[in-house]
Amino acid sequence: MLPSELKEALQKVVGPDRLRDDPSACLTHSYDATPLFQKMPDGVIYPKSTEEIQKILSIASHYELPIITRGSGTNLSASTVPITGGLVMVMTHMNQLLEIDQENLTATFQPGLITQHLHEQVEKLGLFYPPDPGSMQISTMGGNIATSSGGLRGLKYGTTKDYVLGLTAVLPSGALLQTGGKRYKDVAGYNLTQLLVGSEGTLAVITEATVKLLPLPEYRQAMIAHFSDLDHAASTVSEIIAARIIPCTLEFLDQQTVQVIENYSQIGLPIDAEAILLIEQDGPKEAVLQDMVRMEEICKTQNATYVQVAENEEERKQLLAARRNALSALARLRPTTILEDATVPRSQIAPMVREIRRISQKYDIQICTFGHAGDGNLHPTCLTDARDQEEIERVEKALAEIFATAIQLGGTITGEHGVGLSKAPFLKSQVGTLGVEIMKGIKKVFDPQNILNPGKIF
Amino acid sequence: MKKTDASWEQIGEKFVQTMDRNQLAQCMRCGFCLPACPTYQETGQEEASPRGRIALMKALSEGLITPDQTIVDQMEFCLGCRACESACPAGVPFGQLLEQARSSFAEPLPRTLISRFLRRFFFHWLFPYPRRLRLIGSVIAFYQRSGLKRLFHRLGILRLLPTPLREMEKILPQVNSRGVRKYLGSTIPAQGKKRSRVGFFYGCIMDIVFTKTNINTVHLLTKAGYEVVIPSEQTCCGALHAHAGEKEQAIHLAEKNITAFQQARVEWVASNAGGCGAMLREYPHLLRNHRNLLDDAQSFAHSVQDVSQLLLQAQESLPFHKLTSQLVTYQDSCHLRNGMGVIQEPRQLLRSIPGITLVEMKKADRCCGSAGIYNLTHPDLAFSLLDKKMKDLRATQADTLVTTNPGCFLQMKMGIQRSGLTHQVRILHLVDLLAEAMEKGSSSIPSSRFFVSL
Repeated sequence: MLPSELKEALQKVVGPDRLRDDPSACLTHSYDATPLFQKMPDGVIYPKSTEEIQKILSIASHYELPIITRGSGTNLSASTVPITGGLVMVMTHMNQLLEIDQENLTATFQPGLITQHLHEQVEKLGLFYPPDPGSMQISTMGGNIATSSGGLRGLKYGTTKDYVLGLTAVLPSGALLQTGGKRYKDVAGYNLTQLLVGSEGTLAVITEATVKLLPLPEYRQAMIAHFSDLDHAASTVSEIIAARIIPCTLEFLDQQTVQVIENYSQIGLPIDAEAILLIEQDGPKEAVLQDMVRMEEICKTQNATYVQVAENEEERKQLLAARRNALSALARLRPTTILEDATVPRSQIAPMVREIRRISQKYDIQICTFGHAGDGNLHPTCLTDARDQEEIERVEKALAEIFATAIQLGGTITGEHGVGLSKAPFLKSQVGTLGVEIMKGIKKVFDPQNILNPGKIF
Repeated sequence: MKKTDASWEQIGEKFVQTMDRNQLAQCMRCGFCLPACPTYQETGQEEASPRGRIALMKALSEGLITPDQTIVDQMEFCLGCRACESACPAGVPFGQLLEQARSSFAEPLPRTLISRFLRRFFFHWLFPYPRRLRLIGSVIAFYQRSGLKRLFHRLGILRLLPTPLREMEKILPQVNSRGVRKYLGSTIPAQGKKRSRVGFFYGCIMDIVFTKTNINTVHLLTKAGYEVVIPSEQTCCGALHAHAGEKEQAIHLAEKNITAFQQARVEWVASNAGGCGAMLREYPHLLRNHRNLLDDAQSFAHSVQDVSQLLLQAQESLPFHKLTSQLVTYQDSCHLRNGMGVIQEPRQLLRSIPGITLVEMKKADRCCGSAGIYNLTHPDLAFSLLDKKMKDLRATQADTLVTTNPGCFLQMKMGIQRSGLTHQVRILHLVDLLAEAMEKGSSSIPSSRFFVSL
């Protein structure tokens, strides 16, 4: 519940319907897609314009009211869980695609735009916005920018950070900040655009964004390769890159994951294989076909036990079904699915996967690992039950050890989900004391009262 | 009507007792159900999404929050289309959770006098008794044929009805009080080599409003080599009851149906209404606490097939004639798709008819807004969904719209009328289009004139 004076002030901005503080609204904004985290906010607000957000933030500053900006709530590090209470600001009503500029190859939109809608609209014009996080059918672009989301195509095309050119954002005082614009080159001072990308709603509230677009690749093709030895799969990845081929996706599934998928969907996957690679290439048709032939050869020379190149679109979809079914298969096995995103340099994938397996046995926790082998971004996935306190304690120990291993191997605690609450305890071991101090200093400049998404990242 | 605190307390306790914690724990809050949910898409509000509703149910079952009118309204606002189940990676049985939630407040919730009367009338007095339904059927049939309908329209009496009822009255097909069994008898032999013995579940609305579709269903099945039995002791499937939280009544109906088809000794139970078929398949869940009935419920549920599944299996015995060349589009019945998992079978059958080109309608898997009695209880959203559906229908430029459920049929017929498409698009149950292709020029299926002269 909000204090009545504050409630009145906010109602003056958005009217009675778009401000809620009843149990139903508060409870349904007490979580995101992260297991084990939940906290009730004091209220929920649905702004419809930048001006409204400016007014809301200046009221929030006056009352020192925490503001937690939220898109569709698909975050996987509890970054949108209102851990200190406060007001959850839902951006889904601001979902307009404002412009596709075909001359400058940019798209400008409001933050509530659904990622997939952006994809569909630009692809109609033969254009391409590559970042494709797993939740893209419902995730918002604002959320993608706030966490610098990745996806399957990171290796070849990079992630959200590589596409954001300009932002409009509201500071806690209500002041409007414009950064960047429709320009590919801009070195006028610090790069404030990139500072806001991945800032998880702790620095400012993004109300408009401009991203760059690429021409849509003309053709794509997929192949699958099975390996009886993890090292063979890993060396295949290295050899492909060494051959100067950058596939658009290079997905990895470990034995545990393959077994679970096969049990669930019976699509003929080899349950004795130690690893499976799913490889996709896009581009001009001739170049793609040529790459596929060369990659097929590499797989064979690296002792793949089975290689299949899709002959047509139908077969391409069938091959990719293994990866598409991964989450469904894993999620059905146990009530709670904890999907992590520890990331290592590409060359360290085999040691990382082996360590995860050791840790899984040590703590007697079922962990299936799949992910983006091309960019070293793995998804060790714990299958557990949130109601079993003793098991959850073992899960937490296992995860801490996985993060430590990732750092040891030159990797990171989070490749694409963000720090939020769930990984905040590990940030210092990743970026060091000085790193954290600098980040806190930056936070103070933007948000001296600490009202924007407090309790997150640090 | 003001609810006393005592009744909210009672509802809260009911939630704690009723909700299945294991099913609730399956939701991992990934949010993949949000794009599939019509009420979330319409409102943009988390609490109107499956994930939001599950979070509310979970909090209520754990006693974290106490129920209130907003929460009850939210549970009622759900269409129950179960599109979220098809989208859910974790396999959460949302339809079952929704029924548990609704049954938690069905009884204790103080309702207006009229709402209480309507619930009693429909759920307890009318639907469980096929004979009473037929009686109502004959009253409507008399109204439609005697000139009363014309008189009422001329006098403008119908203006007194609420919009959804008024529009429904306009498009209601010729009602028939006799039903399929009166026309065809109780056992209809297979034509040619017998494949297996099928019991026909004729449904309540289907049998008085769509008697012809029921007759066509039996003809197609026998033509395909099935011997068809129509047990007389069968009754309403109980879907409306279960969806509205009237669980005890639903259990009572389930028992009757299981016994009726068991006695008929059939291999399969055929349904031609997605809503009924999906409910029949849910009997094991409905009877999960009735140990003595559970085995029977399970084997019954396994035997339930949609007519399209049975026909597709016997496709070689169904040589379809060429129909006038036409564009056909298919609207999924939510419960056939999301409840029974029947998606491709009707489409494959349609594609196999010479002369027909099947065009996919955008969002054919999105609910049309009929959703049982939803178009009466929530006309605003129901009409909004319907009007969008008609826009998508128009875009297909189809000549024929095919459905597989009576509620969807009536709702979309109403939509066609509302949007002025009456002369461009005709609407048919899948079975009736198949029958057209099967019996083109032959007289073995009663023509519509047959019914007018009854």
